[in-house]
Amino acid sequence: MMWYVIRRFALAIPTLIGVAIITFFLLRVLPGDIVEIKLRGDGGDVSEAALAAERARLGLDQPLLVQFADWMTGLATFDLGTSLWTGERVAHEIAIRLPLSLEVAILSTILAILIAFPLGTLAAVFRGTIIDYVVRIITIGGLAVPPFWLGMLMIVGLITWFDWLPALGFVPLFTDPVKNLSQLIWPALSVGYRYSSVVARMLRSTILEVLEEDYIRTARAKGVTERMVVAKHAMRNALLPAITVLGLEFAFLIGGLVVTEQVFSLNGIGLLFVESVLHNDFTMIQGLVMVVATGFVLINLMVDVLYALLDPRIRYE
Amino acid sequence: MSDVQTLPNLTRRGHFFSALGDFFVKQPLGAAGGVVILGMFLAALFAEWVAPYNPTQIDFLARLVPPSPAHVMGTDGFGRDIFSRVIYGARTAMTVGFIAAIVGTSLGAIVGVFSAFMGGWVDLAIQRVIDVLLSFPIIVMALIVVAIVPRTELFGVDINVIIAIAIPFIPKVARVIRSAALAIVTMPYIDATRAAGFTKTRIMFRHIMPNVVAPYLIMLTALLGQAILLEASLSFLGLGVSEPTPAWGLMLSGTNADYYREAWWVIFFPGLAISLTVFGFNLFGDSLRDWLDPRLKV
Repeated sequence: MMWYVIRRFALAIPTLIGVAIITFFLLRVLPGDIVEIKLRGDGGDVSEAALAAERARLGLDQPLLVQFADWMTGLATFDLGTSLWTGERVAHEIAIRLPLSLEVAILSTILAILIAFPLGTLAAVFRGTIIDYVVRIITIGGLAVPPFWLGMLMIVGLITWFDWLPALGFVPLFTDPVKNLSQLIWPALSVGYRYSSVVARMLRSTILEVLEEDYIRTARAKGVTERMVVAKHAMRNALLPAITVLGLEFAFLIGGLVVTEQVFSLNGIGLLFVESVLHNDFTMIQGLVMVVATGFVLINLMVDVLYALLDPRIRYE
Repeated sequence: MSDVQTLPNLTRRGHFFSALGDFFVKQPLGAAGGVVILGMFLAALFAEWVAPYNPTQIDFLARLVPPSPAHVMGTDGFGRDIFSRVIYGARTAMTVGFIAAIVGTSLGAIVGVFSAFMGGWVDLAIQRVIDVLLSFPIIVMALIVVAIVPRTELFGVDINVIIAIAIPFIPKVARVIRSAALAIVTMPYIDATRAAGFTKTRIMFRHIMPNVVAPYLIMLTALLGQAILLEASLSFLGLGVSEPTPAWGLMLSGTNADYYREAWWVIFFPGLAISLTVFGFNLFGDSLRDWLDPRLKV
């Protein structure tokens, strides 16, 4: 087990280096001059000399390879540079906003699991019945409803029916857990709906697949109740793909946050991302992309380790 | 389930209508999705005739009118008729969605077929790059592109938005098409084309491409819904389609959505239009996958 974990960790490093390389080149290979966009904007009159000076200040006049070396050595020391817009340290700006986004992400993961497991299991057990159809419509809906719109509807609903709105001004979890949760449960629900739909669909199809297995027939033949067959025999084996999807969909969750934080005026990394794009603050974009992609790689690493814990066959391969 | 798979024949002409009938009978939910898509498509095509008002006509005397016979979906803070704006918004969503999905899927298919056909270290290198690209959330990648590509308009269509939506699709499609193409490149008839001395380009485009049409279509329909959702998200963030073009995402953002807390109809109908269209595409795509190739997982 120990060796498996170490090996998986070692394999994640080249991926992260790849992420760093691609992030760097993605932001430079695409057409468009960041300095020109920043200074000239929509047709402002700025001299060539001023553009050149700004390029020199940002180190953009250096050869591409030198810039790349700077970026990579910076990363090795966890230095993401300074923001082109505010002049603050990128790592610091991200670090102060990360806990909020992370909490919403974790909350919606929990919600997604709580919603997805009953839905997926019901759809599989009652395959082809009206229940299956209803779940199918709910889950396909989850992929169609924009999370930011769902958030807006929740706000409208809370005002209209309860004459109440979550308090503005973020309260940290450990200061006032109740107030904190009453603020964050709504964005978590808006992004969690899509998340739970994807997991529920995966769960349904894997449970159906597992129910075809020989050992399920054996279990039924020896008189195990249907409830036990599903809960113990099928569920355990269907769990693995569902966990994988949970890991893979985490990326979507972050994507959902990017658009949803704005609706709830949450000052997390999603909002920071959008603002950086609006301001063409591309060192910040670079840093954020790096953090998000690293998060994604780490989550999937955790999924792999969890997988190995749950399924001994994987460890010994 | 039987072991022998009969794939519906898509290429033979004249069989189109019987194939359509078969799809309707076997996949009623998918057919329902198709009807929704058709409705939106017609609304987009005939917007001038369907919409009762000019979508950009500001009327301060009719601000925030709730849904009523004169304004079926009410009016927004500028007194513009929301129903008309939703209809014209369908045009934006459909144009951007279709072009972006087709461009993204086609480029992805080319990369996928190329990767499978070349094999060896080329394939390995492309696949490693795709691995990395897949660890960027789609919207994050779209935002990167938005940040870099300057705003360009051609025939009233925002080209930069289309590029921003199409590029994140490429690695996803390439991955799926490659696995389909891998099975094709080992077939004897591909060896035959090599022996006949055909160029690589000809083999890839004339002999491999036609055989990955099924996964191509499945990916295309799956991504159409996502493209529309992505366009709406980008426009919502103020980074997509630009004013004064009526676009669903734009109607939910900024000054267009002012007062939505008191006037629910301002945001309800545009959001419903997004959801319904994407729902239609997903339902249709899902069923198309079941109908074409039940074993393919996207």
